[in-house]
Amino acid sequence: MSERRKLVEVRDLKMYFPITSGVLRRHSGDVKAVDGVSFDIYEGETLGVVGESGCGKSTCGRAVLRLYDITSGTIKIDGVEIGAKSQHGLRKMRPTMQMVFQDPQACLNPRMTVAAIIGEPLDEHTNWSKKKKLDRIYELMDAVGLNRNFANRYPHAFSGGQRQRIGIARALALNPKFIICDEPIAALDVSIQAQVVNLLEELQDEFGLTYMFISHDLSMVRHIADRVAVMYLGKIIELAPRDALYDSPLHPYTEALLSAVPDPDPKIEARVERIILKGDVPSPANPPKGCNFCTRCPKVMDICREIDPEYRELRPGHFVACHLHNDTGATGAPRNEHTQQGEDA
Amino acid sequence: MPGNGQAVLRVQDLKTVFATRAGDIHAVNSVSFSLQPGELLGVVGESGSGKSVTMMSLIGLLPMPPAQVRAGEGHFGGNDLLKLGRKDLQALRGRDIGFVFQDPMTSLNPVFTVGFQIMEPLRKHMGMDKARARQRAAELLQLVGIPDAERRLKDFPHQFSGGMRQRVMIAIALACDPKVLIADEPTTALDVTIQAQILELVKELRQKLGMAIIWITHDLGVIAGIADRVMVMYGGQVVEYGPVREIFANPAHPYTRALMTTVPSVRGARAEKLNVIEGQPPMLSQHPTACPFRARCPQAFGRCSRENPARYTVAQGHDTACFWDHETGGERHV
Repeated sequence: MSERRKLVEVRDLKMYFPITSGVLRRHSGDVKAVDGVSFDIYEGETLGVVGESGCGKSTCGRAVLRLYDITSGTIKIDGVEIGAKSQHGLRKMRPTMQMVFQDPQACLNPRMTVAAIIGEPLDEHTNWSKKKKLDRIYELMDAVGLNRNFANRYPHAFSGGQRQRIGIARALALNPKFIICDEPIAALDVSIQAQVVNLLEELQDEFGLTYMFISHDLSMVRHIADRVAVMYLGKIIELAPRDALYDSPLHPYTEALLSAVPDPDPKIEARVERIILKGDVPSPANPPKGCNFCTRCPKVMDICREIDPEYRELRPGHFVACHLHNDTGATGAPRNEHTQQGEDA
Repeated sequence: MPGNGQAVLRVQDLKTVFATRAGDIHAVNSVSFSLQPGELLGVVGESGSGKSVTMMSLIGLLPMPPAQVRAGEGHFGGNDLLKLGRKDLQALRGRDIGFVFQDPMTSLNPVFTVGFQIMEPLRKHMGMDKARARQRAAELLQLVGIPDAERRLKDFPHQFSGGMRQRVMIAIALACDPKVLIADEPTTALDVTIQAQILELVKELRQKLGMAIIWITHDLGVIAGIADRVMVMYGGQVVEYGPVREIFANPAHPYTRALMTTVPSVRGARAEKLNVIEGQPPMLSQHPTACPFRARCPQAFGRCSRENPARYTVAQGHDTACFWDHETGGERHV
C-alpha cells in the first residue's frame, strides 16, 4: 500500500462557521462543521465518505477543494499545498481538481446549452480555438454517453440521469486528476443510480481518476469505494479499507449505521440484529464533552464523557477513534498519545 | 387477484389523468388492489410510476383540475371513495384514513404548536373537549416515543428534529384510530439510523393498534423488512403483486427482477459491476396500448409492443402483468 502515491493529503482540517449574535454581529460561537479531520487519498482509488446529514461530509469535500476559506489545517493536492492559497492563486490548480454536485437540476445554468456548459471550463482555462473546443465537447459527450446531436439543447430537455451526465462531462473537461462527487446519485431514481455509478467507474478506469465519493448511501459506497471514511459530527471516527469496514467495523457508530441499513431480502432482514440508536445527532454548534458520539453510544463508558478519543491507526490502514480500542480506555486518560500499545487483534 | 370480501379497502380499475396544456398525462392506469385488515402493503416504484398519485386520488388530495379520476371504484367501509363528496371525504380523512407524508419539514404547520396540530383531528372528528384532547395528544406523543410528551405539546415544529417531526406526523395520523394508514415515503427524507427508529416504531404500533398500512417507498430494503404484501408499480400500472417473501424469492416481472439486482447491499457478496436497467422510464402521454416496460425489458418480444399485458396469476395470491413466463423462459400461453 505504501508504494502508491498519495494524491491528496489532508491534515487536521477544520472548517468552522461563525455564529454571530446581537446587533453588533458579535462572534458568539462556531458551528464546527469539520473539526480536525486527517486522511490521504491514493492515486487512482476511490475514498468513500459516509455519514448522516449534518455530519460535515459535504463541507469536508468542499473544504478540500477550497471552495471555502478553511479555518485551519493543511491540504496537499498533487504535491501542492493549497490550504493557505488565495482564491486567485487557486485558479491555476482548478483544472486538476473538479467536483460533481448533488442536484443536477440546480448545478446547470438553465440558459446555457449543453455545449456551452461543458465548454465553459475550456473557455476559462484554455485558449483553444472554437473548433478544438467543439471537438473536445463532442469527445466528452461520447465519453459520458450523451448523444452529440443534443449539444445545442438546454438542460430542461434532459432527465435527471442525463443531467448528471452533463455535470460529469463538465467536470472531466480539463482532464482533472481528482474529482469530488458530492452525493451524485442521491437525487436519482434507483434504476438510474446504477447507470451513473457504472459510468463513474468506467471513467475512472479509462482516465485514471481519483474520486472522493461522498454519500449517505452505505450500500452504494460499498460498491464504488476502495476505502471508506465514516464521519460523525465533524470528525472521522473510522477509516478503513472497504471490506474491513463492512465486515468488521470497530467503532460502535459504524456498527449501528451498518445494522440500520435495511436489506432487500426478507430472509436476511429477519436475521439481521439491529442496533437502534437512541436520540438524534447533537448540534455541531454545541458538541458534547468528550467523545462526540457519547450521547447515543450503546457501549458508552465513563471516560467517553470526559475525554475525546484519539484518532489512531489500530491495524495497518484501519483508523478508529474510540476508547473501546484503547487498552488504557477503561482505567484512565490516555495521556501519552503516540504509544501504540493498543490491543492489536 | 383482489376481490376478497372482507378487505378494508378495495380498489378496482382506477384511472387518473392529469390534463395539462401539453396534453393528458396518464399517471395511473387501471390499478386494482385490496388491503386486508391489519396487513402492511408495500408499494414500490420509481418516481413517476404513479404510486403516490394512486393513493392521493383515493383520498381526494389531488388538485382537481388538472387531475381527473376518469374511472374506477374505491370501496372503503361500504362507501365508494371516488364518489363521495368533498364534505364526506373531509370527514373521512384523518378519522378513518390517516396519512403521513414524505417531508416532515413541510407537512406540519410552522405557526401552530405541535399540541394544537395533534388536537385538531381529535376535536374535529371525535368531538373531544380541549382538556381531553390534550390528554390524548400527550398519550399519542408518548406512544410514538417522544420523551417528556406533556411539555413538548407546547413546542413548535421547528423545535423538533426531522425524525421527531416524523413521529409527530405519525401521532397525528394515528390520533383518531384510523382503519387505514397511508404512509407516503415516510422515511425517505430521514437518515438511516433515524429510519431504523421509525421502522421499529411502526412495527411496534402495528402490534398494539392493528391498523392496515399502505407504505409507499422506492426502497426495496424497507419493504423487505416490514411489508406483508408488495405491489410493484411501473409506468402507472401494477406490474407485480404478491406476498413479500414470494416476490423477493421468486420475482416474476422482468422489472422487479432487474430492480432487485440493481440495488447493492451492505451485506453478503459484493458484485464487481452493478446491473443496470438501460434507458429511461416511459412518458405517460398516451393511454397505454403496449407494455410500458418493453423498451427497457431484456425479455421483450413482438407481442409486448402490440398489447398491454393483463395481470396473470403465477402463484397463490401472486400475479404479474407480463407476457413472458419466468418459469419456462418463454412466452406465456394465455
